[in-house]
Amino acid sequence: MKRTLAIAGSTVIRSSSEVFADQKQADPADRYGVLVDTTFCNGCRKCEWACNEWNKNPNKTVNVFEDKSVFNSIRRTNATAFTVVNRFSNLQNKMPVYVKKQCMHCEDPACLSSCFVDAFKKTVKGAVTYNPDVCVGCRYCMVACPFDMPAYEYYEPVNPRVMKCTFCFDRISKAGQVPACVEICPTETLRFGKRSELIDFAHERIRNNPRRYIKHIYGEHEIGGTSWLYLSPIPFEKIGFRTDLGNKPVPNLSKGFLFMVKVFEIAAAWPLVFAAFHAIKKLKNKHLNNEIATDENKAGNGKKT
Amino acid sequence: MKLQQMRIKREMAKKPESVSWIYYKLFLGMTFREYLKSNMTISNGIAAVILIVAIPVMVYRLAYGLGPSTNLTDTNPWGIWIGVDVLCGIALAAGGLVIGAMYYLFGMTQYHHFIRPAILTSLLGYLFAVFALLFDLGRYYRLPYPMVVSYGFASVMFLIAWHFALYIIVLLIEWSPALFEWLNMKKAREWFNRLAVWATAIGVIVAAGHQAALGALFLVTPGKLHPLWYSELLPVYFLLSAVIAGLSMVVVESTLTHRIFSKQVENIDNAVFDRLTINLGKGASAALFTYFFLKLFGLAHDETWVFLNTFYGYLFFVEILVFVLLPAFLFAYGARYGNVQITRWTALLTVAGIILNRVNTSVIVFNWKATERYYPLWTEVVISIGIITIEILVFRFIVNRMAILYNHPDY
Repeated sequence: MKRTLAIAGSTVIRSSSEVFADQKQADPADRYGVLVDTTFCNGCRKCEWACNEWNKNPNKTVNVFEDKSVFNSIRRTNATAFTVVNRFSNLQNKMPVYVKKQCMHCEDPACLSSCFVDAFKKTVKGAVTYNPDVCVGCRYCMVACPFDMPAYEYYEPVNPRVMKCTFCFDRISKAGQVPACVEICPTETLRFGKRSELIDFAHERIRNNPRRYIKHIYGEHEIGGTSWLYLSPIPFEKIGFRTDLGNKPVPNLSKGFLFMVKVFEIAAAWPLVFAAFHAIKKLKNKHLNNEIATDENKAGNGKKT
Repeated sequence: MKLQQMRIKREMAKKPESVSWIYYKLFLGMTFREYLKSNMTISNGIAAVILIVAIPVMVYRLAYGLGPSTNLTDTNPWGIWIGVDVLCGIALAAGGLVIGAMYYLFGMTQYHHFIRPAILTSLLGYLFAVFALLFDLGRYYRLPYPMVVSYGFASVMFLIAWHFALYIIVLLIEWSPALFEWLNMKKAREWFNRLAVWATAIGVIVAAGHQAALGALFLVTPGKLHPLWYSELLPVYFLLSAVIAGLSMVVVESTLTHRIFSKQVENIDNAVFDRLTINLGKGASAALFTYFFLKLFGLAHDETWVFLNTFYGYLFFVEILVFVLLPAFLFAYGARYGNVQITRWTALLTVAGIILNRVNTSVIVFNWKATERYYPLWTEVVISIGIITIEILVFRFIVNRMAILYNHPDY
């Protein structure tokens, strides 16, 4: 009997430790990422076109994406464009900087933790995916996203979805395939690979070309790290990135509250239970007195007080 | 067999009586015609005009989607339906929590006259906040999903969804004695009256939890909410200001109902009523002072002084000085000199301040850095006004029929 228990116990322990080991192995090292080297981008917008084609967003012909006048304003992603390229001026050498924008696929995503129906998932491949089948449409993910990436199908009356870059999850799940934008990019701007290797590679690039880049990889540590990483010739706040986000993952900001509120609720339960007992006892006494009173009243012609 | 026949016969005999029962209960003892005539008033006319505009707009929103019917964008996904209808609505519905706890749990039975209207106000406040939420949700027909289909345990919104649902049940139980008195169900009334004490105990936990959680919604947006409003103390601010809102709302609501339904409150001792009103103001004053100093403390903790000399800084000053510190002193003044009029006007001022705070947090100072700012479309305003109108009509319907403002003579 003892032996069986011991064996059972050890299997339980072993299996649970194996589960943890599995999770750890599936964690950072294996996740994919994309390194965006903005110094190479020439603003051809081919990535926008490939993205549009692959995600079957409303049919647009190639020449729509050859229009360069869009660079006159700063655009953001929307329900029909999961990625957009913006132009920023570089005052140092007058060469414009083109910056591709899309979901950053955070290591610890704000959208995931904000969703009250758990519609988002950080997959082992690194992609943050969205499940429209459970989405209620509260749009808290859009409020929570520090990069303002998720967009909404506002003009879809019955079945609107949150729309964002999928990291071409369907493609990168197959061996040897890369996201559509990476595949089409004619320059060296986009590089797909293991996130950890990309970070090493980016550091090496900065070391070898100290005048070409500023010494920072955007996304290495920002809000706990993102799958998409950026290199830039000028400070990131000048090419439309928020540099005030800090390195703490966004979900950590509300974790403490969610924990404390439950602690308080449990702690407050006891005094409240006692108060309720006390109140009911009082109520019963009052009720008893009332009954006696009404009995007396009944005796006296049933008058009501 | 025989028994059944007898029962049917008895039911048949009852029928005319049951028809008159309906007349008595629904049409206040009048015939349908008389009842219609009695409703031809100016206030009902205004309500009718509002609803004639608002209901088609509601249908338009549901049929054509959020895009054509709102100014919401990808950058500003939340507008006044969240900011006013939900955040303000829930804060102002905290009266049930405050008075419920005082009456049922802390044994302040002198407030029995306040309890039923406060609970009814809260119940309707919550129901209509959820009703407003339906218009805001992209897929409104999936409202119960977080309870039954998929659980996002890491989300503050998940906590709010569950707490809302639980608290609406709590409020229904607290309100039900009035319903059962109306339906002449004495046993049920007794049983639910006792259950209401337990419901209140749970309700205090649940209501406080989600009032704080509404503030915690914005904990994840330090980059979007203006630093003067963003604070780790947001949940505490929201909970404390909800208590303030609850106390003030009870004063405002009781003042209004006493004026509008004056016939129902003829037996109330006005001196006692005024004294209790002043006492509520005294409590609100203490809470307001606490809130004010907590806000200062938060300011010092986050070292956001630099923002004070900007437009948002002035807005912050208006909120904190005119709508927090001033009413704190005015409530205290009203209590010191026994001036109930001051207490009542101050309560209104405080309610306005809470509305300003919630609208500020969710709309005006939210996304303050974005180039694209949000203004509500007229349809959004119309739907909000329409919802408030329906809420008031339902409140009046119930107050005219059930023992909300007075003690039922049979109990």
